[in-house]
Amino acid sequence: MNLNSPALVPLLFLAAAISIPLLAIRKEKVAYPVTMVASFVSVIISSYNIFHVLRNGPLTYHFGGWFPPIGIEYVLDPLSSFVALVVNVIAFFVLWHSSGIQEREMPGKSVPYYALTMLFLCGANGIIVTGDLFNLYVFLEIFSLAGYGLIGIGEKQAPVASFRYLIMGTVGASFYLLGIGFLYIVTGSLNMADVRNILPHIPGNPAVAAALSLIFIGMGIKMAIFPLHGWLPDAYTYAPSTTSALVAPIGTKIAAYVLIRILFFVFGVQFVSQSLPITDLIAWLSAIGILYGSVMAMAQNEMKRMLAYSSVAQIGYIGLGIGLANPLGYIGAVLHILNHAFMKGSLFLVAANLRKKTGQSDIANLDASLRKKLPWSMAAFTVAALSMIGLPPTAGFFSKWYLALGAIDRGKWVFLAVILVSSLLNAVYFFRILEKIYLIPPPQKTGEDLHPEAGKGWGFLVGEEQYSLMIPVVIVSFSLLLIGLGNANIVKEVIQRIIPLGM
Amino acid sequence: MTSPEMYISTLPFYAVMVSLIAMPLILLSSRHANLREFWTLAASIVKFSLVFLLLPGALAGRIAGFTFWEISPGIALALKADQFGVFFALIASGLWILTSIYSIGYVRGLKEHKQTRYFASFAVCLSATIGIAFAANLLTFVFFYEILTIATYPLVIHKETKIAVSAGRKYLVYTLTAGLLLIAATAWTYRIAGTLDFRAGGLFGDASFSPAAITVLFLLFLGGVGVKAAVMPLHSWLPAAMAAPTPVSALLHAVAVVKSGVFGVVRVVGFVFGPALMRQFDLNIFLATVAGVTIILASLLAFRQDNLKHRLAYSTVGHLSYIVLGAALISPASLVGGLLHIANHATMKITLFFCAGAIYVRHHKEKISELDGIGRVMPWTMGAFTMAAIGLAGIPPLNGFISKWQLGLGSLQAGELLPLAVLVLSGILNAGYFAPIIFRAFLKPPTVPYKHGEASPAMVIPLVITAVLSLLLGLDPDLFFHFHRLAVAVSGSILGGIVQ
Amino acid sequence: MTDFLLGHFVYWSIIALLIIGLYGMMFKNNLAKKLIGMIIFQVSIIMFFVASAVKWSATVPVLDPVTGVADAAKYISPLQHCLMLTAIVVGVATSGVAFSLAILIYRHYKTLEESALMEKMKSS
Repeated sequence: MNLNSPALVPLLFLAAAISIPLLAIRKEKVAYPVTMVASFVSVIISSYNIFHVLRNGPLTYHFGGWFPPIGIEYVLDPLSSFVALVVNVIAFFVLWHSSGIQEREMPGKSVPYYALTMLFLCGANGIIVTGDLFNLYVFLEIFSLAGYGLIGIGEKQAPVASFRYLIMGTVGASFYLLGIGFLYIVTGSLNMADVRNILPHIPGNPAVAAALSLIFIGMGIKMAIFPLHGWLPDAYTYAPSTTSALVAPIGTKIAAYVLIRILFFVFGVQFVSQSLPITDLIAWLSAIGILYGSVMAMAQNEMKRMLAYSSVAQIGYIGLGIGLANPLGYIGAVLHILNHAFMKGSLFLVAANLRKKTGQSDIANLDASLRKKLPWSMAAFTVAALSMIGLPPTAGFFSKWYLALGAIDRGKWVFLAVILVSSLLNAVYFFRILEKIYLIPPPQKTGEDLHPEAGKGWGFLVGEEQYSLMIPVVIVSFSLLLIGLGNANIVKEVIQRIIPLGM
Repeated sequence: MTSPEMYISTLPFYAVMVSLIAMPLILLSSRHANLREFWTLAASIVKFSLVFLLLPGALAGRIAGFTFWEISPGIALALKADQFGVFFALIASGLWILTSIYSIGYVRGLKEHKQTRYFASFAVCLSATIGIAFAANLLTFVFFYEILTIATYPLVIHKETKIAVSAGRKYLVYTLTAGLLLIAATAWTYRIAGTLDFRAGGLFGDASFSPAAITVLFLLFLGGVGVKAAVMPLHSWLPAAMAAPTPVSALLHAVAVVKSGVFGVVRVVGFVFGPALMRQFDLNIFLATVAGVTIILASLLAFRQDNLKHRLAYSTVGHLSYIVLGAALISPASLVGGLLHIANHATMKITLFFCAGAIYVRHHKEKISELDGIGRVMPWTMGAFTMAAIGLAGIPPLNGFISKWQLGLGSLQAGELLPLAVLVLSGILNAGYFAPIIFRAFLKPPTVPYKHGEASPAMVIPLVITAVLSLLLGLDPDLFFHFHRLAVAVSGSILGGIVQ
Repeated sequence: MTDFLLGHFVYWSIIALLIIGLYGMMFKNNLAKKLIGMIIFQVSIIMFFVASAVKWSATVPVLDPVTGVADAAKYISPLQHCLMLTAIVVGVATSGVAFSLAILIYRHYKTLEESALMEKMKSS
């Protein structure tokens, strides 16, 4: 188990993806259970991995017994095992939730859908774990293609949104490929650690600079850094609810992870922040993205679209953390990968519940009757909203705290102001919704009043209709409180162990 | 003076957590009103008892500390029941007991909706307030400060009318922005000083500053705590928040929220910057000016309010700046006076708000112009009102006189006559805007006969208690709680620079 | 100068293909043409890699019993070829997904012109 661990999760998902269509020939209903088993096992393995790595040091696996730099190597260090755990846990909860809405949103398509989710997660885990640049491209494409498929299975507008995402995403991946082509030509190796060692010996090579720029643009498109974010709003809005809940917390974070890995661990901190200061560019673009995303989110009328623009803003925080290129910024960025995954995951799941209950998720139609129909979802929404605004003790406060410290450390007061102003902007568009669900009475009178005392059940413990819809949302959302209170442990045990050299 | 010794105790932790534990119990008992009220009362009594148990130690210079766990590498979520913290916690928790009794009378008298949400939010607010009182470092302070903001929001918008909702929005805009400024200031302080632990006499140690940097930092802090402390021009949320039910205005906006603000101001002046730094960069002059302007302007604006609660709100704005002024003067007596005023103003103002609420519940009157002759039908209520008003004007033998006297003395000690003049003028203005109310209530015949008499005992008893307490504390400031001794100890620690 | 142009003609043609591909993706209205642009774009990158593998007086990377394995410099680098095989497959898969999406779009909206699609999406 130890030595094979790094490769287990991607292979597990690959096996699941292949077996689902095969097994479903006999019986369609087998798709969901297989998915859940695979997802659950992946969480177990990821948890085991991270504990092992934190106690005993990095794990590597060499495919086919070929040693690097010739062979392809999979590496689990604190960063990759951390991100893998986050991705798999969120995916688990989203997939658990999907059983309730599957039939309504994608009737009759459960087999291909779940197979695609398995492929998506296979790609995601492969990207996280791999130590080889080209292998990363392969898994990136697996991940992206599955994503295009997942988004395309949706409403009428979904294929169009997916198509546009496909074009832009392929351009991004192709730029990445071109970038590693340059790197290969100059260094002769595709192994990340090997390239890391070779690069300092060839300073001032324009091909290296070209490679860096191309990789940055490529991953920037996938990460939806402003102004390369154009594909995101439509893709998240028109995709089926489960896809949004799956892609939003995971998709752009994987790209951010790749950027962190390549910028800081392959090219090196010194190169990306001083020789060719691409981190400054990333920081500025992210700052603009934060403001742009927050402002656009305020103008939206439909919840999923609002959350999509909000995601552009939130990925800006991670980009800002990367762009600061100091330990605190890095900590903020990595912690925000975790925090945002949980925040956006729970928000999109609540939007899904909303759609299931009322058929739509327009903000104008929200009113206080939802508090009786979906009390726990609304409570989960509130906690997640407070976290997005950045109020203690939720997790969101702490990402901003570290980013603020990082910004002050570099003396970048503008970024500090951006972080703080964006919290206020977040408060505006979230409180708009909170006001509606807590204060605006429902339009028609059916003799139903809003006294919570009149609800059925035991005081406030009125349940919602389907537990499979309610429980994952509540767990993900209330975890934000636990993550917030325990964030120092996460930072010290995990993130600080893997601060890139030179910071 | 013995130097303080620290010991580990779970008392501060339990004092904070009691009402937090009560909150889910309150939510679960939403269908059984008496059980629900029982949780509130029980929590308030237990909380006050726990804080009271910390008093002897604090007086003897022994500080109870409790560390939750690390909340950021190198900074722990930690509580420290030092003298200042115990002082504030006593006031907040003690007055919560009275406010809970009063609230029960109030919401039942009005048959208010959403009572469960009301009592649950109150419980969380008090938890946050005690957390603020006992915060051992700036990050813990910010942590509970923001929780207080969020927990008070449901109370501000309680009535759910358009006015209440827009008041809530204004409140949030002001307080959330303040929170952000405070976070920025805290982060910056951490980078400069390497620590966020409150230290009497300042935590910056030997760090050197450029005048511009320190001024900006101070302004950030002032913006952060000044909103809750209602210094002008950051005060407009307070009159707007009068849209909340009166017990909310009474406790939160006369005791918990605003006093958290001034508590924060004194912590910043005395325990973060320290007297030396404040004087070195003339920050104290700036603060004193802001406070002085606020006192006068607020008192003048109070005249123009016909709505009783609004007049009380502006009066609160003015009196809060007494405390800020006391902090700004940084002299022994001014600090004592400022601290005493935290307690004294609390008892007097809460009496006034209780009276306003009683009048509203019984007679549904909000405007001063409608209160002719009400003293005849509500003798106890208006009697207490009169006592409290006299006290706020600074007339002996009520406690308001004591804190005012100390502040005046402190002004002379600092060698400044202008603050003294401001205080005297403000006293006259106070009398000026309270007198007509009393005059109308007792000496003018009612325009329309009143249908009801006194308010229910659940409301009258607390307000009589607070009024009498104001009188007793005026006669002996050290009665029951040793407020005076605590205030002198805190003042001494700030000025003497004794490390806590 | 001519040396610079003629000596690197492979790279110039790659650049040309890149630009043609990008042009197609960005400025053509029809979705199918965008796709063609994308495919051309991907091909140019494949060509880049393959071009980087070439060596002077070396032969295709297929084992030749005459030349033997002793001198690796006699064969052009096979690594890029393998990488590009993978990339070609990826490109095929991408095109497959893209065309399926296009068929789906056509089925729903009866058009593949992007401007008309925007109209129809706004109104629906």
